Amino acid sequence: MKSSSPTRYTGTAIVLHWLIALLILVAFPVGLFMTDMKLSPLKLQIYSWHKWAGVTVLVLVVLRLVWRTMHRPPALPDSMGPLEKLAAHGAHWALYLLMIAVPMSGWLFSSAKGFPVVWFGVLQLPDLVGKDAALADFFHEAHELLAWALILIVAAHAAAAIKHHLVARDEVLTRMLPFLKSR
Amino acid sequence: MKKTFLTVAAAAAMLAPLAHAAGFGTVLTDKSTLAFTSKQMGVPVDGNFKRFKSTINFDPASPQAGSATLELDMASVDAGSKDANDEVVGAKWFNLKQFPTAAFKSSAIKPLGGNKFELRGPVTIKGTTKEVVAPVTFKQDGANGVFDGAFTLKRLDFKIGEGEWADTSTVADEIQIKFHIVAAPKK
Repeated sequence: MKSSSPTRYTGTAIVLHWLIALLILVAFPVGLFMTDMKLSPLKLQIYSWHKWAGVTVLVLVVLRLVWRTMHRPPALPDSMGPLEKLAAHGAHWALYLLMIAVPMSGWLFSSAKGFPVVWFGVLQLPDLVGKDAALADFFHEAHELLAWALILIVAAHAAAAIKHHLVARDEVLTRMLPFLKSR
Repeated sequence: MKKTFLTVAAAAAMLAPLAHAAGFGTVLTDKSTLAFTSKQMGVPVDGNFKRFKSTINFDPASPQAGSATLELDMASVDAGSKDANDEVVGAKWFNLKQFPTAAFKSSAIKPLGGNKFELRGPVTIKGTTKEVVAPVTFKQDGANGVFDGAFTLKRLDFKIGEGEWADTSTVADEIQIKFHIVAAPKK
């Protein structure tokens, strides 16, 4: 464990951040696209891949949170005003919340539809609720709305990081993306 | 068209006196279920058939003399989702237009000891006939006889799922069938 004021994220936090980002950026458009597909073996495969990605995000986010409690992230730069800091912290906690809520609502949706989630086709997760059409509709809506909320905050988060890098020219982006530092 | 049904079997010697006279005849369809589980991408998906006709003639005192038939209305399938229900009635799956029913007729009932029996007979689905063997457990529930059994059927043996659906890495070949048949005593 490092001392109180690290200047960048740990390697583990960086790897988890980008893995989760990649999974979200793939699972979201796939999720939008797959629901309108005509039933085919490919549709069944894509649904499974989407669910595997979601469960993986859930697991990685939990790991990330555990890691975070043991490794303090670097502080935001002092150049940021209190409102900016508040917005940044708020967005980060909203991201954590949604990165848990979106896969959980998907898992609930799948259970309510009568389709257990089987992670990578191997590990069957317990059904959270019994098969129920009304509940399935509810969790479908919830999953979709939460996913949109997540992707909007991801977009704001990315835009803010880019602004830090290009406009404020501080270390906020490079501490999560060290190879950019050379510029 | 009356053809078939399902069945099963039998009884423990201790139960024999109860049922001795005539055994079990009329199948109580509303108390009976015919369910199946398919595997899609490793995901077990439950389904069932809502409508079937079944006849049973079973006396626990002489199980070998028993018989059973089942006739299944394929249109009454619930394959687990609307998507699936729309799909399975089509030509690649059940081909309902040409094959609206499936049938089973017992050819032999063998006691396996205790209240267990082996039911054997040809099953016809989508124009293909294959012999199936199912272990069956019999128990008496009040006046009725209850027959529970399960067996695995390979869908491709019956061309259930043709074309792109013949790929078993998505939908597994093995379909688990479970039946629960309740029959009233013969009058």
